[in-house]
Amino acid sequence: MEAAIIIQDLYKSFGSNHVLKGFNLELKRGENLAVLGKSGSGKSVLIKCIIGLMQQDEGEINVLGQSIRSLNQDELDHLRVKIGFLFQSNALYDSMTVRENLEFPLRRHWMEISNKETGDLVMESLENVGLAHTVDLMPAELSGGMRKRIALARTLILKPQIILYDEPTTGLDPITSKEISELMNELQKKYNTSSITISHDMNCIQRTADRVILLVDGIAYADGEFDQLKASTDPVILPYFE
Amino acid sequence: MRLPPNTKKFLEEAGAIAQFTGRFFREVFRPRYEWAAFIHQCYMIGYKSLPLVGLTGFIMGLVLTMQLRPSLIDYGVESELPAMVGIAIIREIGPVITALIFAGKIGSSIGAELGSMKVTEQIDAMEVSGTNPFKYLVVTRVLASTLMLPVLVLLGDAISLYGAYLGVNIKATTSFSLYYTQVFDNLSFGDVIPAFVKSFFFGFAIGIIGCFKGFNSSKGTEGVGHSANSSVVLGSLMVFILDLIAVQVTDILGLN
Repeated sequence: MEAAIIIQDLYKSFGSNHVLKGFNLELKRGENLAVLGKSGSGKSVLIKCIIGLMQQDEGEINVLGQSIRSLNQDELDHLRVKIGFLFQSNALYDSMTVRENLEFPLRRHWMEISNKETGDLVMESLENVGLAHTVDLMPAELSGGMRKRIALARTLILKPQIILYDEPTTGLDPITSKEISELMNELQKKYNTSSITISHDMNCIQRTADRVILLVDGIAYADGEFDQLKASTDPVILPYFE
Repeated sequence: MRLPPNTKKFLEEAGAIAQFTGRFFREVFRPRYEWAAFIHQCYMIGYKSLPLVGLTGFIMGLVLTMQLRPSLIDYGVESELPAMVGIAIIREIGPVITALIFAGKIGSSIGAELGSMKVTEQIDAMEVSGTNPFKYLVVTRVLASTLMLPVLVLLGDAISLYGAYLGVNIKATTSFSLYYTQVFDNLSFGDVIPAFVKSFFFGFAIGIIGCFKGFNSSKGTEGVGHSANSSVVLGSLMVFILDLIAVQVTDILGLN
């Protein structure tokens, strides 16, 4: 299977705090990969390096055949359209309605489409997440779970090939958390995306991930299917699955 | 050489603002041009500030006239009241007071808005969606504040002069045309043009400082409050510093 993302020997430090110390990863097309690790282990730094929000100190990040480091700003912006990013805080534009939030990426990247087509795409995305009735509401009027769904709809509206989920279920109750995990699976099947999920919610990882990488001390300490890692007797891996 | 911590912090901040300004000039001429966002910002920054600028301008003109009158009567030059008020408003008080009101309203609003967007990752969201947030958020706001402040100054001056006209008529009777003839006969281009030109610099400084503070806001709500507050303080201070520079320049050019 062709790789969507290849990361080789990734290093990233903040002063004397060495977060990533030779991290390696390969995401195949159509695969759902979860990166598991403690808080502060560098999971968010990793996906921010992938999308180019942070610059790696050393190492190579290759996304859809393009090396992130070698791209100029315009090329990076062009590549980013093919990558969806779901923020932990949802990052909905709070001065815009739900409709405007979803229209924003469309109006900037698919300028050739008509207003009617834009409206149809917005409604299709909202129907995908079961929130068509919220189209004219402001983000502040929505619950946490609804905001997460809207953020997911906005992430998917440009039909990205890769989705990066940053703690998609953090702060949600177990039922909403399960619904979001199921929604992630449904949308992955529908649009055939590849994804990396950063999380320490074991239920979410179990439901969504085809493969799990354990990030410990800045490296990919373990790599395997959820059940494989769960069955491990390694004292480093064990506490994550207890 | 080891610098005191406060001096080092001040120099670092000055350097960061200079870099931010440099980035503004690099980005402003590069396509894509964010016309819709720019027009929206002109409306928000210019049109929405007009009532406040108009009201303060009106009160300023009225109060200035009422306070000047007794002194002018003492010197027996009461008839010069419109000329004096006109020059004071057009040359100095109009641009500076309007800029200070503008720094309070727009500087704080830009600082708080961008600061809030920064700490809630909305700026990052814009960037990962392939939109250059600096162009979309900063360039449009700085351009709008640079272009809208001079317009507000002109309108504020006009309203202020009208306030002064009412002030003149509280204890005397002067016709509207006589009042304006006296005001404009005593004004030269040397009074009007430098005052108008410096308001572009005031607008630019307020816009760039508000954006810098908001764009570099630290995490948390405290950071947003700090961004809004320091946007106003530094923006207002820059207005006075630029005014000082402007008066020196006009003096050298023989326009004073």
